[in-house]
Amino acid sequence: MRDYGRFLWRCARISFVGDWRYHTWMLTLSVIALLGLNAYAKQLVDGLATTGMTDQVSWGLYIANFTFLVGMAAAAVMLVIPVYVYGKHEMHELVVFAELLAVAAIVMCLLFVTVDLGRPDRFLHLFQRFNFPISMLTWDVVVLNGYLLLNMHICGYLIYCAYKKRKPGKWFYYPFVIVAIGWAISIHTVTAFLYVGLGGRPFWNSAIIVPKFLASAFAAGPAFIMLTLQLIRYFTDHKVPQGAIRLLQNIVTVALTIDLFLLGSELFTEFYADSHHISSLVYLWFGKDGYHALVPWIWTSVAMSVTALLIFYLPTKRSMFFVNIACVLLIVGIWIEKGMGLVIPAFVPSPLGEIVEYVPTLNETLVCFGIWAFGLMIYTIFVRITIPVLSGQLTHDRIYHTEVATDSATHPPTEGSLS
Amino acid sequence: MSADTQQQQKPGVSRRSFFRGALGAAGGMAAVTTALKPLLEFDTSEYTLEGFLQRHYKEMTPEELDAALARIAEAVEKRYEVRPELRDVKPMDGVEFGYALNLSRCIGCRKCVHACVAENNQSRSPEIQYIRVLEMPRGSIDMEKGDHAYDRPTVPDADHFYMPVQCHQCANPPCVKVCPVEATWSEDDGIVVIDYDWCIGCRYCEAACPYWARRFNFAEPQIPKEDINPDMSYLSNRPRQKGVMEKCHFCLHRTREGKLPACLEVCPVGARKFGNLLDPKSEVSQILRTKHVFVLKEEVGTLPRFFYYFDDDYHGERK
Repeated sequence: MRDYGRFLWRCARISFVGDWRYHTWMLTLSVIALLGLNAYAKQLVDGLATTGMTDQVSWGLYIANFTFLVGMAAAAVMLVIPVYVYGKHEMHELVVFAELLAVAAIVMCLLFVTVDLGRPDRFLHLFQRFNFPISMLTWDVVVLNGYLLLNMHICGYLIYCAYKKRKPGKWFYYPFVIVAIGWAISIHTVTAFLYVGLGGRPFWNSAIIVPKFLASAFAAGPAFIMLTLQLIRYFTDHKVPQGAIRLLQNIVTVALTIDLFLLGSELFTEFYADSHHISSLVYLWFGKDGYHALVPWIWTSVAMSVTALLIFYLPTKRSMFFVNIACVLLIVGIWIEKGMGLVIPAFVPSPLGEIVEYVPTLNETLVCFGIWAFGLMIYTIFVRITIPVLSGQLTHDRIYHTEVATDSATHPPTEGSLS
Repeated sequence: MSADTQQQQKPGVSRRSFFRGALGAAGGMAAVTTALKPLLEFDTSEYTLEGFLQRHYKEMTPEELDAALARIAEAVEKRYEVRPELRDVKPMDGVEFGYALNLSRCIGCRKCVHACVAENNQSRSPEIQYIRVLEMPRGSIDMEKGDHAYDRPTVPDADHFYMPVQCHQCANPPCVKVCPVEATWSEDDGIVVIDYDWCIGCRYCEAACPYWARRFNFAEPQIPKEDINPDMSYLSNRPRQKGVMEKCHFCLHRTREGKLPACLEVCPVGARKFGNLLDPKSEVSQILRTKHVFVLKEEVGTLPRFFYYFDDDYHGERK
């Protein structure tokens, strides 16, 4: 137990150690996170009137970001499956980075839900009268927190074992990994159920949204992990095999293809039938009665996703430069699609046919940026701790100094190490 | 550099790194405090420990409920300088309330909207209204063709009919289904109520409602002191707080005591009918038997207790 305390203390200390780039990055994120905290403090005082939400559009950027991040968290499973199901053991160490991403993403999810609450002081009511299993929101609370605990356990255990230079006991983590695979699918499925179960919102009330959620998540999440792994490779001496990145690229290609195929199916069904249910779709894609705030967003999103898809299928797929551009495009494209394309249009027009558009305020935008900055900050810290531990530079019998110029005396010199 | 290096290699904390750490911690604390500064303006007067510990409406013992009512009444009196007659009104046995609205009669004067606001202590700023009246072109009941913001010197307009919409008190209410904390439920007389002291403000019910019947307190509700209606009950028209949901409750503090809803009483043309669906002699039951009534969005399966009808001799001309 004392050992574990010391481990945590060393982890805390090392997260303050790094070169000027690391400090600049963390300082920038801290400033943005504090701006977000300040904006949230204002929201607590004045209420959700500080946001652009109304009785007509009663969910906005917070729930949109929440939905997107659930997908990011679920996507960790796309590294777990190749390693644990198909035995690609050369990628074994990379799994931890994906699982840590899941932890950071879930933390952000929980923050986004919290800032969306009108009475966050009453969250304890969830423990006293929990409308389970009727309310899908209670399912979401269960699966998200369960997924957070699972991943915290898996990552924490593996990293601590590496720190103690102990071989991880299979039974202490392997069953959890297997459970986490199913659980990852469940978090995004349940989040989709949140929407599709509402009969009063025809825009959401469609079964195809569930597989589409998973497909888009398994495109955006692995794309984000691809970028992260390359950054780790660039800034640290941690080994990231190119094969792992290429495998993720294949996953992203397939997932994005399915996502766009499902989008096409949805659009055909709705527009060909041309029933009364397509009002929200018309508003989203073409504008309605002179209101078209979301039109540029959705077309930008589709243009980004289609461009990314082309890059993945044309010879450009062999160039990491183009592949990275594609990753950024599709992450942004899917983020837009989750927010401006899925959450908000369902509220326009309102169930009584009234059109009220949603425009986020500066204050709620700052809260969103703050949560993102906080999430990136904890993810950076996770990676910052994990890399020296996994490479054996920070263990229970060895204190790791990054600022030490004589590092080369104790470790083989490496290019672009964290110091 | 090299001296620094050697110091750092020693286990433990050097003086220099200690000061640096302390300075960083102090700076960090100062930054967090500054960021949280807006909280100084937080009005905590209505946030009491008893309120925080108060249990769900259905779980409170009669004594606890009395204590809660006394506390709420005191808070209302302190804020609005009116002694409220706050009580808890239970459903009557053998009663299931229903509402019927005669669209041939409604003239779109919105008197019901304002009577409701006055009766139910709705926020005047920002404005919250439970009833929304749509001005509809004749020949269609497509609500997307309705005008919510119609503003005429005189109503009715000959080319339109008027359709007021409020909570339909569904028998299969989607809002109740989705609430994660059971802050909203169907009472025995069919009225869907909200425990304002239990709602966490997630607005899932507002997303679930097909009739746009729910309203959220995005800001602290403002009601002029002289406009407070002191006749109030726990589950209906007592003043709400910022961050919770509210909606029409068929004026249960009136109707459960034998009176009629405020919107009905004020209606100048008698378009609104209210009563006990279980009593075959009630006016509502008779309308359901004799008129061609319909409900909004029947296909979503919510089973509303709010019915619309046109007079049988209604041929598109107003009499």
